[in-house]
Amino acid sequence: MFDGMVYLDNAASTRLDERVLEAIKPYFFDTFAVATSQFGYSPGIEARDALDGARASVAAALGASAEEFIFTSGSTESSNLAIKGVAMALGEKKGKHIVTSRIEDFPVLHSVRALEKQGFQATYLDVDEWGRIDLHALRQAITPDTILVSIQAANQEIGTLQDIDAIGAICREKGVLLHSDATHSFPRVPLDVNQAQVDLVTVTAHLIHGPKGIGGLYVRAGTPLAKWMDGGFQEFNLRPGEENIPGAVGFAKAVELVSPEETERLQGWRDTLIERLLEIPHSRLNGHPILRLPHNANVSFRFVEGESILLHLDMRGFAVSTGSACFSRSLEASHVILGIGGNHERAHGSVRFTFGRFNRAGDVDAAVDAVRDVVTSLRKISPLGKDAE
Amino acid sequence: MPLPYTETVMEHFRNPRNVGQIEDADAKSIEGSPACGDMVAVYLKVDEGQQRIQDIKFESYGCASNIATGSIITELAKGKTLQEAKEITWQQASDALGGLPPIKTHCSVLAVDALRAAIENYEERHGLIQEREPTTIETVRKRLKHVMNPVVGLDLVRTKLVSDIQLNGGVVRVVVDLPKNHQFASSIGQDIVEKIEPLWDVDEVIVQFTD
Repeated sequence: MFDGMVYLDNAASTRLDERVLEAIKPYFFDTFAVATSQFGYSPGIEARDALDGARASVAAALGASAEEFIFTSGSTESSNLAIKGVAMALGEKKGKHIVTSRIEDFPVLHSVRALEKQGFQATYLDVDEWGRIDLHALRQAITPDTILVSIQAANQEIGTLQDIDAIGAICREKGVLLHSDATHSFPRVPLDVNQAQVDLVTVTAHLIHGPKGIGGLYVRAGTPLAKWMDGGFQEFNLRPGEENIPGAVGFAKAVELVSPEETERLQGWRDTLIERLLEIPHSRLNGHPILRLPHNANVSFRFVEGESILLHLDMRGFAVSTGSACFSRSLEASHVILGIGGNHERAHGSVRFTFGRFNRAGDVDAAVDAVRDVVTSLRKISPLGKDAE
Repeated sequence: MPLPYTETVMEHFRNPRNVGQIEDADAKSIEGSPACGDMVAVYLKVDEGQQRIQDIKFESYGCASNIATGSIITELAKGKTLQEAKEITWQQASDALGGLPPIKTHCSVLAVDALRAAIENYEERHGLIQEREPTTIETVRKRLKHVMNPVVGLDLVRTKLVSDIQLNGGVVRVVVDLPKNHQFASSIGQDIVEKIEPLWDVDEVIVQFTD
């Protein structure tokens, strides 16, 4: 099915790396036991060892200690746990105000909205034309009633990186907890939890050629967090359920396999792709030109619509994504493009390209040629842009 | 079939029929907007004696359904009399394509609306239009039959989602029986405004959701 297909939607999910599969296999067949107890039989102990090793490994990639990292079913669960867990722990005692940005991904946005329905107040910070929040506005938004700030490390659509170090400093100064959704940045964009002074970080495995269905949450020691699932005492009594040991091992292996050299290679392709796409008339880049994810390009093409672009590219063997309303499950245009001041048209014509380990250098030119052909032929049948030249 | 589009839809998407403009068109229309990501323009050449559509072309800005429905209505309308063409329904357009996913039926409504608007444009140019009638609750209800419920692919009135319609001066209030944070509340609200606001005596449209 994927033979010959140029896959440029690595921000949606990625192909598993064979080496991750090899690392995982033993935990399905030989060491299939789980770590039910510290005092159990030897296969269980062996499994526990593997889990502990995986935990320490992923935590280290964040500059954290193993006791501060829990595994979850994915970044959606992690962000829900972080935000609702803090709200439930502090809502009665400390305050009911949460600050976040308007371009967060849905697990963060919808969790905050759900809390609003339960009596919490929220401030959704605006972003500039590049997608960066204003630090001064953040400072002003924090009140004595604020219990949590949640700002993503990088944006899922337009790739813009936030200045987490500066944000962390502000939150620490004001005595407010900081959660950061690093789903799309970890570990390609380095994040050290102590340097950034961040208290909770959401991460996931399947965007870095790891297994689907496993993610994690960094929780700084001492962070008040209420558990919201009941059923056992696993993951430091924060997240019950038999641990997904194969998943955890796979996550750790995937993190280990990401190298700065590889990231640099992807970044080179990103830059070349952006440069060549912008040679197509009536196109513009979405997101910051420099402070953006190393593997993400997002360009809007005027007068044509995203789903049509996507299907035509699919027919030519390219997989991409779009911020068009037609493509979304709620028929709403990308809230991120709208958030950076773009109009609906800019959202409908936006195409996101994201690179991964299994792309090749030749994919860049091939993609540009295909996009140019598709956009040109769709413009021929469009009622728009006929007077623009 | 992996993609929820029929082979007919995909064929019309890949090779749309009757695409383009007519230089000296007898009538022209453009429906939808870049804001909603959906636009169809229709051009007509009419045989005046027979009141028959001699030639019809369309242009499209939108998704695969949008292109396919634009294409199919040109095939359905070509050669028909203006009266016959006026009676083509979105359901017929959808059926001619082998059906559309419920979330996309609004595209076939748009294509049919564009065809009807083009015919109206021809009638206006030839002095065949009557006086403008004042908007009534019935007028609004008729228009709401062009607003689709993306969950089932049928219109709001038929799926009993219109709780109330109020007219006050130039302000139309439509109460929709959906919670305000429903998955499609925002898109339905926008569609309602787009369909009612253009009425000549309407200044403002307020869409209200329950809860």
